[in-house]
Amino acid sequence: MNNKIDKLFDKLKVDKSIALIPFVPINWPSKEDTVSIVETALNAGAHAIELGIPFSDPLADGTTNQNAYQEALKNGANINSLFQIVKKLRNNKIEKPIIAFSYYNPIYKFGTELFLKQAQESGLDGVIVVDLPPEESQKFSILAKKYNLHQIYLLAPTSDMNRIKLVAKQATGFIYCVSVSGTTGVREDFSDELINFISQVKKQTDLPIAIGFGVSKKKHIDFIANIADGAIVGSAFVENIRNSSSADRSFKISEFVKNLVEVNEN
Amino acid sequence: MTKKFPDYQGHFGEFGGKFVPETLMPALDELENEFRVASKDTKFINRLNNLLNTYVGRPTPLTFAENLSEKLGYKIYLKREDLCHTGAHKINAALAQALLVKRMGKKRVVAETGAGQHGVATATACALMGLQAVIYMGAKDFERQKINVARMRLLGAEVIKVNSGSMTLKDAINEAIRDWVTNVKNTHYLIGSVVGPHPYPEIIRNYQSIIGKEAKKQIMDVENRLPDVIIACVGGGSNAMGIFYPFLDDKQTQLIGIEAAGEGIDKQHAATLSVGTKGILHGAKSLVLQDNNGQIEEAHSISAGLDYPGVGPEHAWLQSLNQAEYFSVTNEIALEGVELLSKTEGIIPALETAHAVGYLPQLTKTLNSDSILILNVSGRGDKDMDIISEKLNFFHE
Ligand SMILES: Cc1ncc(COP(=O)(O)O)c(C=O)c1O
Repeated sequence: MNNKIDKLFDKLKVDKSIALIPFVPINWPSKEDTVSIVETALNAGAHAIELGIPFSDPLADGTTNQNAYQEALKNGANINSLFQIVKKLRNNKIEKPIIAFSYYNPIYKFGTELFLKQAQESGLDGVIVVDLPPEESQKFSILAKKYNLHQIYLLAPTSDMNRIKLVAKQATGFIYCVSVSGTTGVREDFSDELINFISQVKKQTDLPIAIGFGVSKKKHIDFIANIADGAIVGSAFVENIRNSSSADRSFKISEFVKNLVEVNEN
Repeated sequence: MTKKFPDYQGHFGEFGGKFVPETLMPALDELENEFRVASKDTKFINRLNNLLNTYVGRPTPLTFAENLSEKLGYKIYLKREDLCHTGAHKINAALAQALLVKRMGKKRVVAETGAGQHGVATATACALMGLQAVIYMGAKDFERQKINVARMRLLGAEVIKVNSGSMTLKDAINEAIRDWVTNVKNTHYLIGSVVGPHPYPEIIRNYQSIIGKEAKKQIMDVENRLPDVIIACVGGGSNAMGIFYPFLDDKQTQLIGIEAAGEGIDKQHAATLSVGTKGILHGAKSLVLQDNNGQIEEAHSISAGLDYPGVGPEHAWLQSLNQAEYFSVTNEIALEGVELLSKTEGIIPALETAHAVGYLPQLTKTLNSDSILILNVSGRGDKDMDIISEKLNFFHE
């Protein structure tokens, strides 16, 4: 295995640091913006990027991401656009992990094997399919392995020990732990329940754990640094872009990322 | 053989399953366990049967439609779900699910509604059982089924207007699921049709199949034989599945589902089984209306209850096995159906049901005076009087 995701977490372990992984839908705010958004975030210190394939009916997402998807779809976002963006990033010598986030239907319609094959060819390292639990993943996970892609599974605070074991058995790369029961979206605080939940997961796996949903502030990153190996920052990153203009976007993205990474490293 | 489906993971052949975010997986397991245990609990069964008899008004009659039969040249029986308390079949599954909610100890219920009939049924069941009801309804449906909004509010439910997407049933389901994901610990999602992730299609089918069980007994009593045809409208597919299911092994009975062709199958419509393609929507693999990129397309129908770009997975499966056939009729023909049943039999059907009525004249080609057909009158038309009045120009001077 020679997957960039594994290398990242191996290195961070040595550095005693956690991964900061921003999320942004492709083709948003405009078709041309994605490559520079990703490059800016990674240059500012983000460790990997999660690229969202927009979906018409994103039932795991809150309003922030839903609205961005709608606009991205109007900008013609589809799986081919994703592959073009990833190829471009790799051509521009971006070496950090790139992970796709999607609902299952666009991938299913594209053709699961074709998707995974072209995902690898374009330079993706992992795939998160938010509505494809292990029960429905047999074929998908075999094919993901075939094309050296990590299929990133999710666990939630509602997952009981049996489900944690099930996911731990099938997961590769890292496990994406959802901070709260709910949709994506910015939140103020995390509960102590989260600490308990993460420790339950750790008992069942040696894989790195990244926490997402609601992560938006320095204090969240500090909190996560004590219990997990990575933080996924979605809606807050998207909102930050929404509140920028094309003139100050790069600056705002850099500031946003630097602010979170700084805390990350002390 | 058919009856063993779905399999233990909720698959009907290649359709069905559980395509939901991890957060909901435990709730689906919990619901399935409760359903299996309750199905063997005589106290639960007696309570439900008692409610169905004394509250809903079951068994509903099987009415011989004498005038319509004469007009069309074959025997037509009407299964009268329009006579259920609240005016549609939806109450059958809503009451049963509300009883399951009580067993699970949850206090709050969310539901989606299109025509408002499932919302009214849910609000009713929750009023009866002391549960908090939150009903999501697309803004477009909110406008066109206002009477039902008022009924839900009178019954004590909170009705939330959904402004996203096509502002119809699909978007109401998205919002209901988001609420459910957020409040899953104390909240049950009370689905109104044979759609959604396993175990919902099986649970709803189970509680709606009382329609078919009664109809079978009733037709045997009067005709001493099984019907040649059973016909029902299909939105998500619960009234159709309810009447089809007990007849699945009776090969002599042809099962026909009628979808909404809206403005026409080549224009805007909701004919998922007729022209949809395989896809995943709202937790299950089935047929869906979608574009080449797997984005769900907006459906269109004059009838809010049929205005949905998906369909229950079991219907997709039955169609693939040729065990049931599905056709579609336009808004215009549905309106003809409303008039036909109203004028010949004195029964005003819901616009959903009217799609099945509107198809009946086409069957004169294949049926004769000895043929027996049962039409499932899934609901009554009171809720649709505004639209019907406008379309038929009733207040035109
Ligand atoms: C009277 C009536 N019939 C039919 C339907 C369609 O649903 P289903 O296909 O699940 O029976 C509805 C849905 O709102 C309805 O109110």
